[in-house]
Amino acid sequence: MTNAFFFSGRELTDEEIPSFPDLHHFTVRPGLSDPPQHCHRCGNTSNLSSHPCVRCGKRCTYCRNCIEMGKISSCTTLYRWIGPEPAHSKRAGMLHWSGTLSAGQKMASDNVLLAIQNRSEHTVWAVAGAGKTEVLFAGIAAALSNGKRVCIAAPRADVVRELAPRFEKVFPDTPPAALYGGSPDRNTYSPLVVSTTHQLFRFYEAFDVMIVDEVDAFPYTFDQSLQYAVQKARKKESALIYLTATPEPAWQAEIQAGSRDATLIPARYHRQPLPVPKMAWCGNWKKSIVPVPVLKWVKEKEKALVFYPHIDTMDKALPIFKEINLRIESVHAADPLRKEKVEAMRRGDIPILLTTTILERGVTFPGVDVAVVGSEDRVFTESALIQIAGRAGRSINYPTGDISFFHYGKTEAMVRAVKQINEMNALGKERGLLDS
Amino acid sequence: MKRCLLCENDTAIQSWRAFFGAKPPTLCESCTSQFEKLSGPSCNVCSRTMDQTGICPDCAAWEKNIFLSNQSLYRYNDAMQDLIARFKYRGDYALADIFAEDIRKVAKKMSYDLICAVPLSPSRLIERRFNQSEALIEMAGLTPAPLLARHESDKQSKKSRAERIGTEQTFYPIGDAKGKSILVIDDIYTTGATIRLVADALDGAGASSVKSITVARSGS
Repeated sequence: MTNAFFFSGRELTDEEIPSFPDLHHFTVRPGLSDPPQHCHRCGNTSNLSSHPCVRCGKRCTYCRNCIEMGKISSCTTLYRWIGPEPAHSKRAGMLHWSGTLSAGQKMASDNVLLAIQNRSEHTVWAVAGAGKTEVLFAGIAAALSNGKRVCIAAPRADVVRELAPRFEKVFPDTPPAALYGGSPDRNTYSPLVVSTTHQLFRFYEAFDVMIVDEVDAFPYTFDQSLQYAVQKARKKESALIYLTATPEPAWQAEIQAGSRDATLIPARYHRQPLPVPKMAWCGNWKKSIVPVPVLKWVKEKEKALVFYPHIDTMDKALPIFKEINLRIESVHAADPLRKEKVEAMRRGDIPILLTTTILERGVTFPGVDVAVVGSEDRVFTESALIQIAGRAGRSINYPTGDISFFHYGKTEAMVRAVKQINEMNALGKERGLLDS
Repeated sequence: MKRCLLCENDTAIQSWRAFFGAKPPTLCESCTSQFEKLSGPSCNVCSRTMDQTGICPDCAAWEKNIFLSNQSLYRYNDAMQDLIARFKYRGDYALADIFAEDIRKVAKKMSYDLICAVPLSPSRLIERRFNQSEALIEMAGLTPAPLLARHESDKQSKKSRAERIGTEQTFYPIGDAKGKSILVIDDIYTTGATIRLVADALDGAGASSVKSITVARSGS
């Protein structure tokens, strides 16, 4: 790896650049824009502060939004490589994959390829278990063969860690650089990058193809600056591909109206319908903590996820569940044993796992049933409930599964989630994507 | 509406309190609850938590100099460690505001003639863009007196206890503190080695006594 390879497409502070190989191959701009100031790295306009600065001798404004990635002050200089771009290896676009696409996947794959060739925008709306990663293979192969640079941006580091090896397997001649906070790949160059949206802050007009995975997922939807990062990291003339299982209502409306170019995959790869959630009234679960119907449900299950809306109610519920089986556990975002517990659930060492919404997406446990306690709580949005329901029936060996929304009053989100799942099944049947 | 300096959520303040001029909190309740204010019996010299108030063995073992005592505000737990790292190493100056009122209140109860910051060496100061000790003093609405400077040296936070205690003097006086009692304000008290070296240098400037306020008390 030469230095130039690494710098190409990146925009870095002087502190991130150990030595300058060819100063005349860099262009510079200040870390913050002219007033009204915004951060040139993350786009933040509101969370700025200032202090008397020893370096520039003035009262210096700095960005508080992306400070964990190194401080951007008004006296910081951002450096950008404008020298030649590195060439791809001859075999860069060689796809090593012998799987077959479902009819739904094939259509999406063709449309993604077209969007990549035309440098246009396309959304793939694929139900949980449809196999959306495979839909990207043909398009990425074509892009890499044509010397284009490709980025797959995911909302969280664990998704990046899961995706990168899958791409490495099918593009062994172009192992992707996996970028997240503290990743070992952060100083390597590859024309194929799998990155958290945060790490995109360090790129500038680098990619010909930008693929945003789980576009509806937290924190991408909530954070304007992450959208800024996606726009900054892609070239002005580039393809933009969005993947989602649960587009937000505004996007759904645009897709239905035809104003957003999209492909819908309404059925799973295994050609069985999505299991439909049942609704069950369970009384005031905040008081009872483990309502009788929930206790009965859990006693009948061998392998299940039980979602709670908040850590405190889940903590109170755990000892009651442990009376049924001591191996029942709970997990939440800040749990230091989070990774270990998810592994133990996968191995079958934990039969029932209580969880907050952190396990709503991105995880697969074959043959699992799913309960939501307090499904009317506001954390359970329509998309969260659809994602949660999407955990059941994933495997071809267990294509069915019981999903129960235990509630103390139905919400619009619950009704809409069930409606959307039914609509997807009807559409799958209509298009001949289901066996039964 | 005011946002929490750490998590960006709204900080709640009852409107009637704001009406009577109460300052909105810098942190939300959830972030505040992660920090442990020091209370209960402790060492009279260094603020270490003890079963009974008195003087801890470490402080009893130190050679006498003009350093009298340190008062720490918080325990150096994981949350405080993260906060101070973000303040000092990441350079998030605004976080000094979290301690401004506490420092002002404690300082008000103390008797002293001058306030002194713990200086950084020139290269470290350029690297960090500001001196965290001065930031704490200025955010509390107080004014540091230019009494000390510091030679280049290795980082204190990378050293073991034995190394710290044997540390050579890097502070030197640049101002006149003849007969004055000095209050030093800094972020962390660990072994007390730094503050005793500061006190020795202030002794060289003519100071009569030194006390300190530190945001966090590290160590057991």
